Amino acid sequence: MASITLNNLGKVYAGGARAVGGVNIDIADGEFLVLVGPSGCGKSTLLRMVAGLESISEGEVRIGDRVVNDVEPADRDIAMVFQNYALYPHMSVRQNLAYGLKNRGTPKAEIERRVGIASDILQIGPFLDRKPRALSGGQRQRVAMGRAIVREPAAFLFDEPLSNLDAKLRVAMRLEIKELQKRLRTTSIYVTHDQLEAMTLADRLVVLNGGRIEQIGTPLEVYRRPASAFVASFIGSPAMNLIDSAAVPHLAGSAHAGQIGIRPEDLTVTPDGPIQMRVLAVEELGAQRLVHGKTGDQRITITMASDADLSDDLRLSYRPNALHLFHRDTGKRLD
Amino acid sequence: MKRTIFSNQLLPWLLLAPQLIITFVFFLWPAGQAVRQSFLREDAFGTRTSFVGLENFARLWSSPEYLNSLQVTAVFAISVTVLSMGLSLLLAIAVDRMIRSTRVYTTLLVWPYAVAPAVAGILWWFIFNPTIGIMPYLLGGLGYDWNHISDKGDAMTLVVIASAWKQISYNFLFFLAGLQAIPASLREAAAIDGAGPVRRFFDITFPLLSPTTFFLLVVNIVYAMFDTFGVIDATTEGGPAQATNIMVYKVYFDGFVGQNLGSSAAQSVVLMGLVLVLTVIQFRYVEKKVAY
Repeated sequence: MASITLNNLGKVYAGGARAVGGVNIDIADGEFLVLVGPSGCGKSTLLRMVAGLESISEGEVRIGDRVVNDVEPADRDIAMVFQNYALYPHMSVRQNLAYGLKNRGTPKAEIERRVGIASDILQIGPFLDRKPRALSGGQRQRVAMGRAIVREPAAFLFDEPLSNLDAKLRVAMRLEIKELQKRLRTTSIYVTHDQLEAMTLADRLVVLNGGRIEQIGTPLEVYRRPASAFVASFIGSPAMNLIDSAAVPHLAGSAHAGQIGIRPEDLTVTPDGPIQMRVLAVEELGAQRLVHGKTGDQRITITMASDADLSDDLRLSYRPNALHLFHRDTGKRLD
Repeated sequence: MKRTIFSNQLLPWLLLAPQLIITFVFFLWPAGQAVRQSFLREDAFGTRTSFVGLENFARLWSSPEYLNSLQVTAVFAISVTVLSMGLSLLLAIAVDRMIRSTRVYTTLLVWPYAVAPAVAGILWWFIFNPTIGIMPYLLGGLGYDWNHISDKGDAMTLVVIASAWKQISYNFLFFLAGLQAIPASLREAAAIDGAGPVRRFFDITFPLLSPTTFFLLVVNIVYAMFDTFGVIDATTEGGPAQATNIMVYKVYFDGFVGQNLGSSAAQSVVLMGLVLVLTVIQFRYVEKKVAY
């Protein structure tokens, strides 16, 4: 186990294109850090630089107290879970688990012991002698995790490990990963584009956009005080409403802000609310419904109980302190 | 499969006719003739033909020349297969590791495949010609006296190089496609699992390439045994002293030059049997995807 430090880390490709720049993160021993952002934001590149699969063009990566910039992936004491699992198709599950240990010259008895422990934890004992192709998606996912666990590495690196699973299994595996990490207390970096996965798994979140860090914080910090309009729109589902302040001049603070953010769940229908909304579409979710509409020429979405009254024109009020103000040009939070 | 119902019974046969006629005239009929011929013997002047049963075959097995040809064919086919597959695998690995100009290299490496075997043969005949060739000149500088016209080993080396060269393009394409079908994440996972480049190749890449390798193995053996007639004819003509007289060349030579049609036909039948065996192997194992 170890802490991981990313010090002014950057990646510039041979053609001059910049993928990542100026990344500073301190990951504490045992922490579960999630890198989240839209595709192309550089989150996978960042992870692969930590893994040693991508060369580092600027800054340094420290694992424990060792700078690992020029250390081979095998010698960084990390284990990685890939998006497509990357199980060796011609080897049995047992051989898959044992491969990393065998390459390091671990004694046979020790390999057997560790494979036994991992297969108990992940309940893959019955499949140990099967080939990966005979396993279901969830089972393959477990084997991929098992391959990381047996190594007992200083850190786990997860590269969108759940994105190939169906929605139901994804929720179940998400919980399993969380429990497993809490139990093993292994420092973990987890990459995902799914904000819900990020919120539920993370001790701390790093929101990336265009190769730069937008915000670092606990899930609730990021949710409650998004540092920029981008973070505000990316974290939370349904996304926060971002309204041009010129369209709602009567709201508090709108005079000097560029955009005003209000989360859909912070808006309630009241007969004398200050915001007027014309309803355009309704999505029923069961317990709740999402109502999409416009205030002036600005799109706006609210959530309401599915048994509440609905009409074509609604008046909305917002909870006090629920307004987020963002700068017109930089998109940064104002208060 | 799409099913089409013809109202006219004759039309489907009419549409199939061109292919069926070609198959019959150029494959089935000559093959039938060869089988028939293999049981017959003609006298020296071609005036009398008599049925001799399996005697043509029996004579083959007691003919030192034919047994020599079998041995030459085996050496030749194995050498060509190993040489062309080995080199093309190396080239494919090199190109697979490249990031830029992959297409240029691939195109250049595929060119030899467009050269007809006879032309390839002539090309190598010039390069290795003991009198005017560049290679004997260079080898002479190194103190080696190259002469494939009199030296059996040199002759075999020449036909193996000329034949393997032609096949490298084909093997290269298949190996490259096979390599590119292996997800990069597998090699990355192996790298993290502590396997160095050599180990990664033998533990991960090569096993995953086995369907391609097996397919090419069969194709190359078939190529070396049956498709290299042109190369042999243009370079050594089976010589010197039968050193490069592979089975398919001997069929031609005994039949069309030596005019021993019965023996030649019997040899063709033996070759047909070999093709049949290789085809069965191909279908049984390759089509079912060997591998993992």
